Amino acid sequence: MNRRQFLKIAGASTVLGLGGASAVNGFRLGVPAAARMSLDPRALTAKRWGFVVDVSRLRTEEDYQKCIDACHNIHNVPTFKNDLQHEVKWIWKENFEATFPGTEHEYMNAEFKEKKFLVFCNHCKEPACVRVCPTKATFKREDGIVMQDMHRCIGCRFCMAACPFGARSFNYLDPRGKNPDGSPLIRVQSQTYPTRTIGVVEKCIACYERLAIGQQPACVEASNGAILFGDLEDPNSEVRKVIGEKYTVRRKPELGTQPSIYYVIGGSEHA
Amino acid sequence: MLEKALVGSKRYWTWIFVLLGIIGVAFLTYLQQLKYGLSITGLSRDVSWGFYIAQFTFLVGVAASAVMLVIPYYLHDYKKFGKIVILGEFLAIASVTMCMLFILADMGQPMRVMNVILHPTPNSVMFWDAVVLSGYLFINLVVGWTTLGAERKSVPPPTWVKPLIYLSVPWAVSIHTVTAFLYAGLPGRHLWLTAIMAARFLASAFAAGPALLIMLVMFVRRVSKFDAGTEAIQSLAKIVTYAMCANVFFFLLEVFTATYSNIPGHMAPLKYLFFGLDGHNALVPWMWTAAVLAFMGIGLLVNPLTRKNEKVLPIALLAVFISAWIDKGMGLVIGGFIPNMFERVTEYTPTGREIMITIGVYAIGSLVLTVLYKIAIAVKESTAGEASHH
Repeated sequence: MNRRQFLKIAGASTVLGLGGASAVNGFRLGVPAAARMSLDPRALTAKRWGFVVDVSRLRTEEDYQKCIDACHNIHNVPTFKNDLQHEVKWIWKENFEATFPGTEHEYMNAEFKEKKFLVFCNHCKEPACVRVCPTKATFKREDGIVMQDMHRCIGCRFCMAACPFGARSFNYLDPRGKNPDGSPLIRVQSQTYPTRTIGVVEKCIACYERLAIGQQPACVEASNGAILFGDLEDPNSEVRKVIGEKYTVRRKPELGTQPSIYYVIGGSEHA
Repeated sequence: MLEKALVGSKRYWTWIFVLLGIIGVAFLTYLQQLKYGLSITGLSRDVSWGFYIAQFTFLVGVAASAVMLVIPYYLHDYKKFGKIVILGEFLAIASVTMCMLFILADMGQPMRVMNVILHPTPNSVMFWDAVVLSGYLFINLVVGWTTLGAERKSVPPPTWVKPLIYLSVPWAVSIHTVTAFLYAGLPGRHLWLTAIMAARFLASAFAAGPALLIMLVMFVRRVSKFDAGTEAIQSLAKIVTYAMCANVFFFLLEVFTATYSNIPGHMAPLKYLFFGLDGHNALVPWMWTAAVLAFMGIGLLVNPLTRKNEKVLPIALLAVFISAWIDKGMGLVIGGFIPNMFERVTEYTPTGREIMITIGVYAIGSLVLTVLYKIAIAVKESTAGEASHH
């Protein structure tokens, strides 16, 4: 089977609802989907993947940027110059007030007030985005990862209205296109993950494609220990140990979506 | 019966060609949107639904309001509505058509629209909205066409159509309820997370829809021999009055809960809409216009002297219609996104091209409505003519 034939089959199977993620995988590796039916022995698996973000370990501007760049570069996330309106982002910085609205107060110490947090998709246990998607283009995997089938998404943006965390971006512009100054939106194209098309929604996918070949998510790898990743349902996992030992908070827990990102706020010495 | 739409005065054909011209320009604009995506609109990462979805929401209400004629006529045998019930049903058809076009215009990948049917997803309210809207279109097409066809032959409508008419009553309620559920079930959008939304949607729909219908009926009376009758118009005007009062009352309930509870998140969008937030106040003049028009409309409609004055009545109805359009067609949808999930304000203004496409969809709706009304009125004029000969 040549590449062209494969693409035909992958396309047809996506339309029939059979392909989904496997079609994306096949495309990425340039091998037929059928050849990848069995799990890679190196693959990382879990009952429910989750993150712990210890912001006390993110000290310099560079610490944050490394995580953001690692993610955006390998996933071909376009960079829009001065066009916040059409921005696409999977992981970025927010201050305390924006990350945890309603918890700030007037006497808060300056350090907290100014402190930046890394925010990305919470991979909620009860994801509102999955509930509202009219085509199951956004779905939750058995291991808890919330992701989307870019070939099925109709671009209705119901998921963007539903997500309480602003985690989702829409491709208002062709991500394979150019900035007004002529520079490409995707500066250096990565070969490890497909570029997207105009008119679909996207967000953090917890690096499912890296987990499948035994690698940690890109931001985790670049974070120098500030972001931990592991199985929330395994009491012996590193994430569970940290959650058990330190005081952690999640974003907007009152909404019942059960986010899978736990933030360590106080730093180890205050915990 | 379609042939009746092919015979008309010079004015009729001028109107048809004006509409076709507008549709043509709008279609060319839409081709640009197909090419450059929704980036040609004012939408953003923060305000991800805007003018298109707002028009869709408003027009679902106009469509549902046909039930305000169907209930009195078919369930309570209120004969005065006999002549105009078909006009209500045809208005519903034109409105649902526009609703579907607005959804299509809003989609990032419109050629994949069939995915909603290929991958039916019962947990998505949008799936149900597609189901109830197409069902409502079907019911009104069948009921409208059959009853009008029977009228043309001066025979009673076939009995099998009766159950369909009864079904259209809860179905009309369902389309606007499900549309409200698109918003009212989302966590984290304070303006939308309210149990009274569906009720308020229906109230504002039963005000704006019949208000438009009366204005149309009064226009039809001027350009044709078809007269719906003063009593039918006055009865409908009373329906508009009570529905608009309920709408404003429901809105004030929202204001009470938000402000007396003093919960910042609940107050923020209302504050943005009526006073501005963090120095952003694009919608403030619009919302106050809506408020003034609502009270003006109610004032003129509640007072029997002004309501019965056929020079004042259209002004009152127009006030109610515009008020409901601003409230639902702008405030509700955009207000839900402001402030955003990070409590910051990103404002939204529709672009010229976005407005052009919107006008185009309204032109298509007007074309559908014109053709359907032309047929209905031609049938009614000819049967009325026969009746006077007998």
